[in-house]
Amino acid sequence: MSHFLDMLFGRLGWDALPFWTMLQDHSTLSIINGVIATAAASMVVIGALVTFGLITWFGKWRLLWSDWLTSVDHKKIGIMFIVISVVMLARAVIEASFMRAQQAVGLDGGFLTVDHFGQFFTTHGTIMVFFMAMPFLTGLINYVMPLQIGARDLSFPVMNSISLGLTAAGAAIVMISLMFAPFSTGGWSGYPPFTELAYSPDAGVDYWIWAVTLSTLSSTLSGINFAVTIYKKRSPGMHLFRMPLFCWVSLCTAILMIFGMPPLTVATALLALDRYLDFHFFTTDLGGNMMNYVNLFWAFGHPEVYILILPAFGTFSEVFSTFSGKRLYGYNTLVIATMAIAVLSFTVWLHHFFTMGQSAHVNAAFGIATMLIGIPTGVKVYDWMLTMYRGRIRMSVPLVYALGFIVLFVLGGLTGIVLANPSVDYQVHNSLFLVAHFHNMLIPGTLFGMLAGTNFWFPKAFGFRLDERWGYRAAYSWIIGFMLAFFPLYALGLLGMPRRTVTFFEPAYLPWTIAAGCGVIFILFGGFSLCVQLWRSIRERHLNRVPVGDPWDGRSLEWSISAPPPEYNYPVIPQIYSRDAFMREKDEGTPYQRPDRYQDIEMPANSAMGVVIAATGFLMAFGLTWYMWWLVIASGVVALVAIILRGFVRNTSRIISAREVQETHERWLDIVNHTPGVSRAQEQTTANRGRALPPINGASQ
Amino acid sequence: MDVSELTPVKAQRRSFREARIGKLVCISALLLATSVIAGCTNDHISFLNPQGPIAEAQRNHYWIIVAVVMIVVLPVIILTPVIVWRYRYGGNATYRPKWSFSWTIDILIWGIPFVIVAVLSFFLWSATTALDPYKPLSSTKQPLRVQVVGMDWKWLFIYPDQGIATVNRLVFPANRPVAFELTSATVMQSFFIPALGSQIDAMNRMVTRLHLIADKPGSFQGKNMQYNGKGFYKQRFTALAVNDDAFNAFVKSAREVGRPLNQKQYEVLARPSTGDEAAKALGASWVGGAIRFSQVPNGLFSTIAQGPSIDWDALDNASSVNRNASASAMRNEHAMAARDNDKVPARNGEIAQ
Ligand code: HEM
Ligand SMILES: [Cu+2]
Ligand SMILES: [Cu+2]
Repeated sequence: MSHFLDMLFGRLGWDALPFWTMLQDHSTLSIINGVIATAAASMVVIGALVTFGLITWFGKWRLLWSDWLTSVDHKKIGIMFIVISVVMLARAVIEASFMRAQQAVGLDGGFLTVDHFGQFFTTHGTIMVFFMAMPFLTGLINYVMPLQIGARDLSFPVMNSISLGLTAAGAAIVMISLMFAPFSTGGWSGYPPFTELAYSPDAGVDYWIWAVTLSTLSSTLSGINFAVTIYKKRSPGMHLFRMPLFCWVSLCTAILMIFGMPPLTVATALLALDRYLDFHFFTTDLGGNMMNYVNLFWAFGHPEVYILILPAFGTFSEVFSTFSGKRLYGYNTLVIATMAIAVLSFTVWLHHFFTMGQSAHVNAAFGIATMLIGIPTGVKVYDWMLTMYRGRIRMSVPLVYALGFIVLFVLGGLTGIVLANPSVDYQVHNSLFLVAHFHNMLIPGTLFGMLAGTNFWFPKAFGFRLDERWGYRAAYSWIIGFMLAFFPLYALGLLGMPRRTVTFFEPAYLPWTIAAGCGVIFILFGGFSLCVQLWRSIRERHLNRVPVGDPWDGRSLEWSISAPPPEYNYPVIPQIYSRDAFMREKDEGTPYQRPDRYQDIEMPANSAMGVVIAATGFLMAFGLTWYMWWLVIASGVVALVAIILRGFVRNTSRIISAREVQETHERWLDIVNHTPGVSRAQEQTTANRGRALPPINGASQ
Repeated sequence: MDVSELTPVKAQRRSFREARIGKLVCISALLLATSVIAGCTNDHISFLNPQGPIAEAQRNHYWIIVAVVMIVVLPVIILTPVIVWRYRYGGNATYRPKWSFSWTIDILIWGIPFVIVAVLSFFLWSATTALDPYKPLSSTKQPLRVQVVGMDWKWLFIYPDQGIATVNRLVFPANRPVAFELTSATVMQSFFIPALGSQIDAMNRMVTRLHLIADKPGSFQGKNMQYNGKGFYKQRFTALAVNDDAFNAFVKSAREVGRPLNQKQYEVLARPSTGDEAAKALGASWVGGAIRFSQVPNGLFSTIAQGPSIDWDALDNASSVNRNASASAMRNEHAMAARDNDKVPARNGEIAQ
């Protein structure tokens, strides 16, 4: 019997429950931490139950299944990616607040145990990178890029759904680790030998390995999908150099994903071999060498930071030119700069471990290579300023994020150059200076970029504008909160405070950690404002409708169709004659033309592959983590069978008749013709139904 | 000051009192920027208040970089609001919606950063080579050799020439270079005395090097910067630079009050524990628990560097071999050792035997 249970549950026991330690050990510290952990686990359980309950109550299971989960529409998949990302963002921000709170009272004590703090920074970092930023940018590219190049879907729609499934499975693994603890304490970088069995024997590191593995597989597939789509599915006349800049960054991101993700998949796989099958790639004994891991990790890690930042650069490029009512300055040089960044990003990984004792000349060479990347990045910042120069700048919500971004981002660039200097890095490496630096890139860069993108493209995706009042509140709180929460960390780092430290003993640190703690209050208010913004926008959606689809006087193709777009995007594939294709049509007074002829449209049929891969991926990872071998084998077999069966499916596409397309399109054209254009002064009013006054009538004056 | 008598307990108590006062001062000074530079305690914690030539050079280099990069940063911070105001919607500044390129401007915005990076590269190259932690410091005095072993969660300092060792307490003469060799008995760690200079990683089966010097006597905070588990935040030590007499007194007292570091002691030490816990576990009779060892087997350091388990029998008679191994270990040396023979196989081309 007990043998059977052992087989059934592997090494999963009662002690995995978050309140278990609290029941054994009644010290105050243990109880506080037990309560926090249990509350977190209950949130997951309650969240899941409420979601299930609501779907059942409203009888939406069928709709969820056929319209969303099995859909291979790039727009829906994009939205689902972003939903995952927002949920994970909420968790990671809460964790960050706990860490900041701990350090604000952390002189000589605090309320978190060392292990709990370790799990906090590990899950926070892992989630923010792999399950917040990656799904967010993947979702945004998914949604926007095919629209911008005039395509109807990605090249491999089912694979896209599988990417989503893999990311969902990874995110679920991180979430379930709250219920069956612990998670790893090895940091988001998971350096061995600390993460080897000898030093971290429990299930934590295994959770981390499989969550990250699922995520990297997902991103590799997404990268392939995006790159092929851009190469193959541009509409006629959309030469590479006519693509909007967002598509260029998508292409660079895709290439970086294809070459940057596999090193991490390999690194975690080798680490798994060490942990499961007693290999010795990175162990301290029998010939292992942890430096191989460190090199593999950063061969992924540095391209990764550009994967995180480039889509934000693309978004900001669109935002700056749209809200300045002006062409993007220096398109060609921006493209060259982006490409240069993408290539150079594979040549600098060593700057993450200047302190490992390689020769001064090696360090110096990598330091200079790193500073060289600063050049194209700096050029981009000036290009954006020049885009605004001689424009007509409208302080919309996305633009507020964008302005916060350029002003703060250059400071991050400054400290990046500081860190690129090995002899100074010897002082601030592993300190909070580094933490401040990368948050200075990731929050004003990646996160603001994604939030700007959401505010910018939300009306396109859902057909109504987001509430501006709470949008501004959110943006300003994030900007202020960021400054308060992270500038003090520069000081702390210069004062020698290590990262990942639960407690400190230097009174000199205290004022700074308190200031950083206050910053988090603003950030939390920013998060709250985002929720209110969404809530109010949904409530007032009828007032803020923009059915014509061009609420911002947009420049690129995606603004030329209805909001939300039909599932096939374009009733007739457009012919492109120049950059800023839609703006040119508006300039020439020829937008919203009635096509001569409609044709049947072939769209990919729904597929359950994504769901199957999500479920089996999750179960396999869970089984591997807790040594439930039967579960691993069973889910592996199911996945394999499903993949083979998919090979026999004949009806992989669906025809939408020309008549249906025509009806839908003409109905929309009627709305367009009956909607008066608005000037930019009315952009944020209910008069804005998504049709812009033609430029000749002073749209942007 | 007789250092051998300055026990950590006393020192700690003193720094606590200072800590309290410092805290008050700090809070009332309301984040005055000066507290960055001065720090709030007398224990030197940062390179912003350098206590040796290396940290001083690093500080200067830091400010040079900040100043030079400001050339591109400041215009962005100043001009962005100006542009946004001047070209605001509803204003009547020039509007050129189709203007999108100028060669002059482009040459400037590529050229200026390029020149700046060129200038910074010059500084980078010279500072990196000049401050290379592996580079011995020039001095009229013979450097003091110290072998550092990172353990979970404490530092073992072996003085090979004096034949003594300490835990979490590094005492050395001021104004005389200290030549460190570092390794780890466990996972990776990073050894760091900010007020004196660079940090450097300590990794098992590898030996890294570091050279530091203190200008004058003083006490500096030292720590591990690389997370290595539960006791990480307590893996700190005091580095004391003292005058030559005090150093000799320290060595003498270690020989007198210390015990020999043998297998039994080492195994207790190697268990995951903080310095204080280890002192307790060793039943230390030393005042205040500052662990001191009067004798260290020859070649202990390089044996630790070769792998996690130590053959103590071999250590006693093969000590000279190990000494060689350690002496000829080179930069980035990966003293990878197959433990069943005493050859140290080559990595990066060096054979140590
Ligand atoms: C929302 C506001 C945020 C706050 C308040 C915050 C706070 C923190 C804190 C307190 C730490 C631990 C620092 C330490 O080691 O002592 C941390 C680590 C980290 N954060 Fe954030 N963070 C935020 C957003 C983000 C974002 C947006 C990202 C990435 C996209 C991110 C990525 C990371 C990473 C990778 C680490 C390192 C984890 C590790 O040490 O392994 N954070 N953050
Ligand atoms: Cu990097
Ligand atoms: Cu090494």
